Amino acid sequence: MNISIRWLSDFVEGDLGSLEELTERLALSGFPVEGIQDFRQGLSDIVVGRVLEAQPHPDADRLKLCRVDAGTGEELQVICGAPNARSGGIYPFIPVGGVLPDGMKIRKAKIRGTHSFGMLCSAREMGLGQEHDGILELSGEYAPGTPFLEAVGLDDAILDVEVTANRGDLLSHIGVAREVGSVREGLPSLPGTTPVPFELRSAPDRLEVDGVTFVHEAPEDSRRFLGAIVRGVKVGPSPDWLRLRLRAIGARPINNVVDATNYVLFELGQPTHAYDLAKLHGPEIRVRRARAGEEVTTLDGEARTLTSEMLVIADADRTVDIAGIMGELETSVTEETVDLLLECAHFEPGGVRMTKKALGIQSDAGYRFERFVDAGGQERALARVLEIILATAGGELHPVVGDLHPRPWSDPEIALRLSRVEHLLGVPFEAERIGELLTPLGFEVVGADGDVLTVRVPGWRGADVTREVDLIEEIARRHGYDAFPATLGTFRPGTVPDHPLFHLEDETRRWMAGVGAWEAQTPAFVPAEQGEVELNNPLSTKEPVLRREILPSLLRRVEYNLARGNRDVRLYEFATSFRKGGPDGLPLEEPRLAVAIHGARDPGHWSASTEGFDIWDLKGWLEALAPRLWPGATVEPGSDLGIPVNPHLALVVKNAHGEVVGCGGVVADASVDLPPWAGSVFGIELRLPADPAPAPAIRATPLPTHPASERDLALLVADEVPAASIVSAARDAGGRLLEEAGVFDLYAGEGVPEGHRSLALRFRFQAEDRTLTDEEVEKALDRIVVRLREEFGVEVRGG
Amino acid sequence: MSNSDALISRLHELQTEALDLVASAADASALEEARIAFLGRKEGRISLVLRELGRIDPSERAAVGAAANRVKGTVQAAIEDREGALAAVEAAGGVALDLTLPGRRPARGGAHPVAIVMEEIWEIFRDLGFTRARGPEAETEWTNFEALNTPLDHPAADEQDTLYLKRGGLLRSHTSPVQVRTMQAYEPPIRILAPGWVYRRDTYDPTHAPVFLQVEGLVVDEGITFVDFKATLAEFARRFWGPGTQTRFRPSFFPFTEPSAEVDVKRVIEHADGTVEETDWLEIMGAGMVDPAVLEACGIDSERYTGFAFGMGPARIAMLKYGISDLRIFFENDLRFLRQFGPDGRGGTPA
Repeated sequence: MNISIRWLSDFVEGDLGSLEELTERLALSGFPVEGIQDFRQGLSDIVVGRVLEAQPHPDADRLKLCRVDAGTGEELQVICGAPNARSGGIYPFIPVGGVLPDGMKIRKAKIRGTHSFGMLCSAREMGLGQEHDGILELSGEYAPGTPFLEAVGLDDAILDVEVTANRGDLLSHIGVAREVGSVREGLPSLPGTTPVPFELRSAPDRLEVDGVTFVHEAPEDSRRFLGAIVRGVKVGPSPDWLRLRLRAIGARPINNVVDATNYVLFELGQPTHAYDLAKLHGPEIRVRRARAGEEVTTLDGEARTLTSEMLVIADADRTVDIAGIMGELETSVTEETVDLLLECAHFEPGGVRMTKKALGIQSDAGYRFERFVDAGGQERALARVLEIILATAGGELHPVVGDLHPRPWSDPEIALRLSRVEHLLGVPFEAERIGELLTPLGFEVVGADGDVLTVRVPGWRGADVTREVDLIEEIARRHGYDAFPATLGTFRPGTVPDHPLFHLEDETRRWMAGVGAWEAQTPAFVPAEQGEVELNNPLSTKEPVLRREILPSLLRRVEYNLARGNRDVRLYEFATSFRKGGPDGLPLEEPRLAVAIHGARDPGHWSASTEGFDIWDLKGWLEALAPRLWPGATVEPGSDLGIPVNPHLALVVKNAHGEVVGCGGVVADASVDLPPWAGSVFGIELRLPADPAPAPAIRATPLPTHPASERDLALLVADEVPAASIVSAARDAGGRLLEEAGVFDLYAGEGVPEGHRSLALRFRFQAEDRTLTDEEVEKALDRIVVRLREEFGVEVRGG
Repeated sequence: MSNSDALISRLHELQTEALDLVASAADASALEEARIAFLGRKEGRISLVLRELGRIDPSERAAVGAAANRVKGTVQAAIEDREGALAAVEAAGGVALDLTLPGRRPARGGAHPVAIVMEEIWEIFRDLGFTRARGPEAETEWTNFEALNTPLDHPAADEQDTLYLKRGGLLRSHTSPVQVRTMQAYEPPIRILAPGWVYRRDTYDPTHAPVFLQVEGLVVDEGITFVDFKATLAEFARRFWGPGTQTRFRPSFFPFTEPSAEVDVKRVIEHADGTVEETDWLEIMGAGMVDPAVLEACGIDSERYTGFAFGMGPARIAMLKYGISDLRIFFENDLRFLRQFGPDGRGGTPA
């Protein structure tokens, strides 16, 4: 909301203080100032200039040669390109040496052989509008040379105040004035206007004034509708003070009638609307729901189709206004309008919001109604609009104003317990202090009974202050948040356990740091083929779904890094996998860990060339990582979980129940775009347990007191027999004394028959209570050899 | 010249000879030969000299013995030093040893900067008695809005333009649904932190992304007041940003808290040259006392229990902390960026 300091100070008793102080006060009241435009700095070089004579430039069709009186005592020759420069006109003028707000310095210029001493200014050049409609002609009589800002009342600064969604009352100068100071009685007087008296003719649903029928059919949507009739107006440009005040806060002047309604909207926050009375069929004005499918062309030129939930204002035949949002084009005020019907009404926020959203219309009026407009402010706002219109457009007000008033407003009262104030704020407040804090905002303490105060809420806070806690917030806010102590007290521990998955992630982060992997974070949105959970309103049609697998996002990051010359890329990410079929119609979510590895096994060193990360590294990672995530997990050949790996170079992770919980392997060439020199990318995708069980308890085993015996065997094993089967059978056959068995070498080639390899196994035998004899060890080893021969046809090499 | 003088000068000659031989030994075996030649128990030339000790006057034996031990010690030390030098040459692969060359470093990785900040935030709140809770990223309108005192037709529901799912539900626009679920599932006292990904229909720009990490906190117990609220968050700010940090609470509006506040901090940065810089007020979180309507919607008696809640974006905090002006860099995951937050980012010898 743009707030003019001059406008604001018209409302406030005493001084507003410096801009900095005011900005700080607003911020600490909850309304930070997002920007400041200070005309006093930008436009101070501009004066009022009168064009004594404007003639076509002898050598240029589009230029005019003007003689300008800028109050310097001499006539200045000025060349002007604007079509509206005319003899006798008064315009803002910047002399040679002056500087415009955009920093442009005015110099003596020679244009097409003629000198020009200064410049006549457009609104745009002064930061007072966006239009390209020539120089700004002033309508008042000002002495040439008068500083422009002073002449038109623009020695002003504009604050862009951020207003929270609950405070519709602050979308007005009077509202902001209440927050920053003590507001004067009555409204500020305006140049050349005088308040006009009128009489209300009230009825809940039907009445007649000056031959116009008023009907109200929708009491739920609108508690009040006022209509005033003004005949014989002369529509035309507004006076300078009105035009420029609107321009200063960023509104575009239209004509004196529309400008008056806009002025009141920004002053009091109450939208009003003027109809061309001659165009209202009936003449009748009717508050009703729209007919389904009814069409209307709004002021912005758009054709709109209405539904039967939408509230409209209609004449005898058709919709003439979408209630609280935007008027219809044909019945709106134009230069030809003579008789007016002025509407000032209250509409309920919910309905306005629904209609606005359904039709996609933004308007100053709608923005205010959906945030709640002062429920008791219609009469005053209407009087203000009439005061301005009668002064600027003339005409005669019918002394009776129609007042359809189906649901009269009365200011609500709220019970406020002093004990509750302390209970919530931690500091006691006395009744008197509460009165001091709330009264300047328009609240009134109307009763006090022991612990309980009765507080009356003004109409402009009728929507956001409805409960005791709302009043307590106002007390805290007015007292000043900074005035409360901040002493840390004792606290009780909570009942909620720390979620174990966070702990598991933290542990995994540390493990990953130790193996040289960097954590990545990537967005969850992916192309349609990479997921199944569709967004209703995606940001991009290229990424309309949520990802099912995480690895592809990391592969994109590997490509990105390689393209930027980064080598040895190891990335991991914790993220959620989304699939269809979760509870309550929601997706199924699964926490996952993905890893992508490319490049060397170890960081390079000048002393040797590095070896690439390979499938055995990958398997080792999985073997080390998986049991941390899934106690008892095993790693086996296989491919699953939908990640794009070469199925011949892939491994699956199974949890202790044999379910596949992860997969890793060499990423298929088609799934990652690598430069030709780059080797394979290794990928891992692992489910994480949604609710990890605590790590199994560890029981220490005493160390053996007797030495162990080791034996090695070289075995000729057919290629199709997996090493894991050999080791597992050997473990089984080795019996109680066999403590450990593992492969320590593999050889194929000379001396080994075709279709076989030589597998070297090392066995470690151990007894708790004695040193084993050679006979005992050999016996166990024989059992192993016999078992392997019988089961797999394995022969001992050189045996 | 007495016998003893002759022996001592003999010993010194041997020492010179031995040191020359040791210094010129080209490898371990040459060095071992030198050791045997001079210090060998049986035939070592110094050892042989010592055997003659018996033949000199007992009154002079001590002096000669001491001299002999000194020489032995000197030669032994020279041999050990030479051994070390030869080992070093071998370690360098036979080339001249240059220990200014970089070392062979172990692989090193690290967490994402936003995750690092998240962890720092967690550690502080852990010390203040909080635990962490989590919940789904796809939620219902009830948990994301309505339970949080945000009617769907209120303008506040618009401010966080929400991403909806085609088959129903939405992507949570804050982690507040975790607060709702926690309050439904547990009795007070509740002191939780709810970190997680949240989604809004914002296009990418230097300060916005449609998906980002958020961390919210919730405290609900008997007797929790605005003073506790301020104190806890001011304590967090001092622990996170440094002891000199000032905190400012500005009124604001959130449908789920009342009173509501924006929390700003003013940091005091001490530069290496001793100068002290005070920053502007930096907005770091939105917060407030839990609205009684929220407590009631979650089945908690709002007359008995009160509480406060807060929320912040670790990416924004990371931007302030590390001096980053465009948050899109967090999604690029460029190793040159990520490494700045690992061990290499902490200075030291360049690799």
